[in-house]
Amino acid sequence: VIAEVPYALPGEILVCIDSHTCSAGALNCAARGIGPAEMVFVLAKGRTWFQVGETIRYELSGVLREGVAPKDVFLHLASVFGDHVGRNVEFGGPALATLSIDARRTLTTMCAELSAEFALCEPDDVLERHLVERGRGRTIDGAVRPDSDAAYEFVRALELDSIEPMVSRPHTLIHNAWPVGELAGTRVTRAFIGSCANGTLTDLREAAGVLAGRRVDPGVILLVTPASQDVYRRALREGVIETLMDAGAVVTASSCGMCAGFEGNLGRGDVCIASSTRNFRGRMGSVDAEIYLASSATVAASAVAGQITGAHELSGAAVGARS
Amino acid sequence: MSGARVWRFGHDINTDLMQPGHALLRPVSEQPRYVFEANRPGWVDEVQQGDVIVAGRNFGTGSSRPASRVLRELGIGAVLAESLNWLFFRNCVNYGLAALECPGVHDAFAEGDLARFDLASGQVVNETSGISLRGRPWVPELLELYEAGGIIPRLEQEGLIVR
Repeated sequence: VIAEVPYALPGEILVCIDSHTCSAGALNCAARGIGPAEMVFVLAKGRTWFQVGETIRYELSGVLREGVAPKDVFLHLASVFGDHVGRNVEFGGPALATLSIDARRTLTTMCAELSAEFALCEPDDVLERHLVERGRGRTIDGAVRPDSDAAYEFVRALELDSIEPMVSRPHTLIHNAWPVGELAGTRVTRAFIGSCANGTLTDLREAAGVLAGRRVDPGVILLVTPASQDVYRRALREGVIETLMDAGAVVTASSCGMCAGFEGNLGRGDVCIASSTRNFRGRMGSVDAEIYLASSATVAASAVAGQITGAHELSGAAVGARS
Repeated sequence: MSGARVWRFGHDINTDLMQPGHALLRPVSEQPRYVFEANRPGWVDEVQQGDVIVAGRNFGTGSSRPASRVLRELGIGAVLAESLNWLFFRNCVNYGLAALECPGVHDAFAEGDLARFDLASGQVVNETSGISLRGRPWVPELLELYEAGGIIPRLEQEGLIVR
């Protein structure tokens, strides 16, 4: 909601009691999670401290292929480069302009899962439009850009065309994600679309694109939790919610949903595929359950097939899952 | 501090393992019994006051929940790791749990070795083998918070909050 309204603005510093506060980095806001006790300190003092780590820049080029989502980009990054403990992450390059704010939020939110400090996207016209449309006027003027002589620990190229749908195996996503084809056929009993990273309107549309005219496998329960009431209302107006429900998805009130273990907990032996943020053991209920992570499109396709499946592998209607 | 018994853990140990979601709903005093129930059931019964956790890379990855407080309540005296998630580290400072990032520490200790550490210098010594390592020292401002028992006691001392 902080990133959606948005309360987070370019060039500002923001703290909140939530590890995924870095989501607001999509808006060029230096945002990070802090613990509950520290929030008391911030409220009392109006200040806090930060450690300043090295910065790693991801230079995005090309364009995402049909059916490939920003979550796949992230899972690719996590599988290749592993954790980013104490590092700041910067996303820029010519392909940033092809990514919506929702898409950028998936990337910056998920940087918490790399143990990154701050995660920021460079400001551009897409961000400016986003702010103006939400009544934030010329706040883009406060945005920060990298210095021409900025020193990076690494500058890494991310060629979007070369990325394919990815799935992370259970318990950690560090060096643990694989192309969907390599895990295809893994049976699933549960599926979840939601969270601060992937409960956006873009995600719900992606899922609806896959589920339109199809049915969730009788052996699978698919929960869809819009990330906010605003996302829920807009998806309702667009007919997206109806498409999801027609396919047999259970659409819940907006919240963190299964990602925080708030509802629909996994039982012993359950295998879940989720587009949410974490696949930690026990995260969604039983410690004897397994959680795979993937894009909302891959989750929807897997819910239909009853096993891990790429959206492009489903027979029938064409899939338009690019965001 | 000297001669603390070491418990050894691997890489990417997350906060949900320390403080599972269901434990968050219970009183703080009851939360320690659920630490590592998923990855090391029964361990909490063997921990003694002052024991030290030695871990690999990325210890404390995950949530903003105050997992450090639960470890402290359990009796853990320090976490010594190859690297620490910095949100977890903040919570260590703020809830008064010693924690050092110390490259090489994971291989330098076997389970049951005795560890000694010093936050101000970053020094870590394996008293069993004699190996000495240098971690990242705490700056004086953070040491002060630690010595005050964490950020809440500090605010109380300053008269800014009342419990």
